[in-house]
Amino acid sequence: MPNKHVEYMEAITERYNALGYAPYGWVRADSPPALTPLGKPLSECRIGMMSTSGAYVRGQTAYYYKDDTSTRAIPKGTPKDEIHFSHLTENYLVSPRKDPDCIVPLTALRRLEDEGVIGEVADEVYSCMGGIYSQRRVIDELIPDLTEKFRAQKVDAAFLVPM
Amino acid sequence: MCHQTVCLIARHLEAEGIPTIVLGSARDIITAGRPPRGLFIDYPLGHTVGPPFDPETQYQIVREGVECLETIQTAGEIRQMDLVWPKGQAWKEDERTGKGGDFRSPRDLTPRYQTEEDRLLAEAAAGS
Repeated sequence: MPNKHVEYMEAITERYNALGYAPYGWVRADSPPALTPLGKPLSECRIGMMSTSGAYVRGQTAYYYKDDTSTRAIPKGTPKDEIHFSHLTENYLVSPRKDPDCIVPLTALRRLEDEGVIGEVADEVYSCMGGIYSQRRVIDELIPDLTEKFRAQKVDAAFLVPM
Repeated sequence: MCHQTVCLIARHLEAEGIPTIVLGSARDIITAGRPPRGLFIDYPLGHTVGPPFDPETQYQIVREGVECLETIQTAGEIRQMDLVWPKGQAWKEDERTGKGGDFRSPRDLTPRYQTEEDRLLAEAAAGS
């Protein structure tokens, strides 16, 4: 079944076993998610964005690889060649380092804003280094920080892009 | 792991009253993480929003994603885009066997810059 999707959890579990690492405790949500309806038409919404690809703007501090829960603000008009990356799984950065729009879709979001499909993109989008092993630190540090940032931006919805 | 992190973020934001859409290329991880709204793109990791230098596909994916904010009205629904990676399916076998990568870098507290010049720029900015 070449077209079947990749079972990453299985593959990573096997790889960790082979390396002698302790098994990783994946998140399996045991309750259904909440759902908040969009409060207004998409064409009137301010959209916030978070990419977990470890993107930073040149001149900003890069990420470290041991559970870095910090975020970077990327102005929405940032030219592509000013966006660089540091992420624990560097092997997946080959394409983003050539074309950041693979994973930080500023060009597409600005086009949707220009066309009026969305109201606007928030003035800054966010990035973090999502390869965080500690779920507790995601919950205690990253999530409150990001929630506060999106609230301050008064976004109507959040567009979330993992790597 | 990034996919798991965004699922945690999305569930929290949504409970706080902010609608979300989670894109993703690891279907099993987002299925387990149960985000409020999901859009699966069956591309190799690192290309969640499309192949490099393909602005049209990137646009289609992002457009579908923002439209899901409006059109997904059932909590936990994960849609799939009808897209096939343009360079064939061999990458999937590489991911399954580990040949494709996931060679994790050393985990410590040193910032890892893409270029040495970036490090100098950031250190100058921090020192000013």
